[in-house]
Amino acid sequence: MLYAVLCYNVEDVIGTWSKAEDEAVMAKLRTVQEKWSAQGRLGPVARLLPTTAATTLRKGRDEPLVIDGPFAETKEQLLGFYMVDCSSLDEALGFARELAEANPGTGSYEVRPVGIFRPGSVAT
Amino acid sequence: MTDLDWIGRALASARPQVMAALLRHFRDLDIAEEACQEAGLKALAAWAKNGPPRDPVAWLIFVGRNSAIDHVRRQKRLVALPEEAAISDLDDAETAVAEQLDQAGYRDDILRLLFVCGHPELPATQQVALALRIVCGLSVAQIARAFLVSEAAMEQRITRAKGRIAAAEVTFETPGAVERAERLAAVAAMIYLVFNEGYSTAGAEAAARAPLCIEAIRLGRLLLRLFPAEPEIMGLLALMLLQHSRHAARFDAAGEVVLLEDQDRGLWDSEMIAEGLALIDKAMRHRRTGPYQVQAAIAALHARARRPEQTDWAEIDLLYATLEQMQPSPVVTLNRAVAIAKLRGPDAALALIEPLAPKLGSYFHFHGARGAFLLQLGRRDEARSAFDRAIALAHTAAEAAHIRRHLDRLQK
Repeated sequence: MLYAVLCYNVEDVIGTWSKAEDEAVMAKLRTVQEKWSAQGRLGPVARLLPTTAATTLRKGRDEPLVIDGPFAETKEQLLGFYMVDCSSLDEALGFARELAEANPGTGSYEVRPVGIFRPGSVAT
Repeated sequence: MTDLDWIGRALASARPQVMAALLRHFRDLDIAEEACQEAGLKALAAWAKNGPPRDPVAWLIFVGRNSAIDHVRRQKRLVALPEEAAISDLDDAETAVAEQLDQAGYRDDILRLLFVCGHPELPATQQVALALRIVCGLSVAQIARAFLVSEAAMEQRITRAKGRIAAAEVTFETPGAVERAERLAAVAAMIYLVFNEGYSTAGAEAAARAPLCIEAIRLGRLLLRLFPAEPEIMGLLALMLLQHSRHAARFDAAGEVVLLEDQDRGLWDSEMIAEGLALIDKAMRHRRTGPYQVQAAIAALHARARRPEQTDWAEIDLLYATLEQMQPSPVVTLNRAVAIAKLRGPDAALALIEPLAPKLGSYFHFHGARGAFLLQLGRRDEARSAFDRAIALAHTAAEAAHIRRHLDRLQK
């Protein structure tokens, strides 16, 4: 089963990390990613830019409305996501647990089973 | 990062909201600051033991208010809140504060706090010092280091600034639309001042001041979250991100300035550039241009050029012309001359800046640019005297060293 792991945290707090601290956290996360990738179980990984860079298109009765900012004002923001191939929810939670350990402070990981997945054709 | 590090970061990120709420509550900067500090100290102990609260901002406001209330009660006869240790369920009390935070006034609270620091009656250096102390929570020692002054001198500067603020009597009423727009403009200018204090220095001082750029970018994000549909705030944040994206390439190992066209573009921060460009895209949709957006657009044209010769100088010239109309200033014209030199040669650029001499006669960059154009035209003696003039006006050793390299080339 394919799971999306959606990472939520307070982006203001992440914003106070120094470049060195940020890189240290990223290096730890990369270790987790490489382990899962080596097993052929890691799909796309994305880190999103701050919500201030976001724009939301909301459908209404007439023309869709374009709104500056993220879809919802929340205390913790969607900061990135992973796709992992796991045989059970427990395993997917295990992946999230590894991410949580690599990451300091607070944060939440939403583990969400994937219905349809197409890898797409974007080359990075 | 240890738990204590993390708590420190959480405190820093909560600070603007906490200070804003405490300032509204106590209507006095010093009391609000003490309360904020007290709450931070209690958080260090409590959060390390019990883990972070559900809503750190509400926790800090509640505890800060509580701990300062005894002190204020004597003056204002407010009812004391119960000690947080005595409350069995702090959550309920926090919830009340959290609900208050969600009210519309919250945005104006933070704007007011920022406006107090960027008050038009404060000289620029005091604005920057006050913002770093009050909003960003930097220690006086940290700020003093950034400004290369003693701690005592910085303490005095901040105290003077607070005195002026108290005398200026910023209102605590909900601002009207016009007043809000005025505050927003003053705050944007203050944030850009903080940024420039960090950005415009070179050499040994650059490392000490670089954090100011980061703080300014954080303040810009904070402001944009409060006013998500203001294109000029998007422009301001984009401008700072695009300029700061070059920080690793702007100085060589000896701390000397590396000109834009000589910079290793591989050292530019691609994530900051991506964010800056995204913000410009967002801002353009509003079709309400302004000086920050235009300056950001100029920075974006540099950021988009993989190699210096790919720079779109014609577009940059047009944007500077737009900026000249919006904010007529000889400095803008001087910058435009650089684009003109690329497009039409040094003689056209020289013709553009010569009339600026009466206004920019004591401006380092004027003589530096003039010398460079003269040198390109082969007018060596005039170039030399322009460079000599520039060195005499240099503010930093790095500026002087940069010009001296031109002069050395002239000797050969």
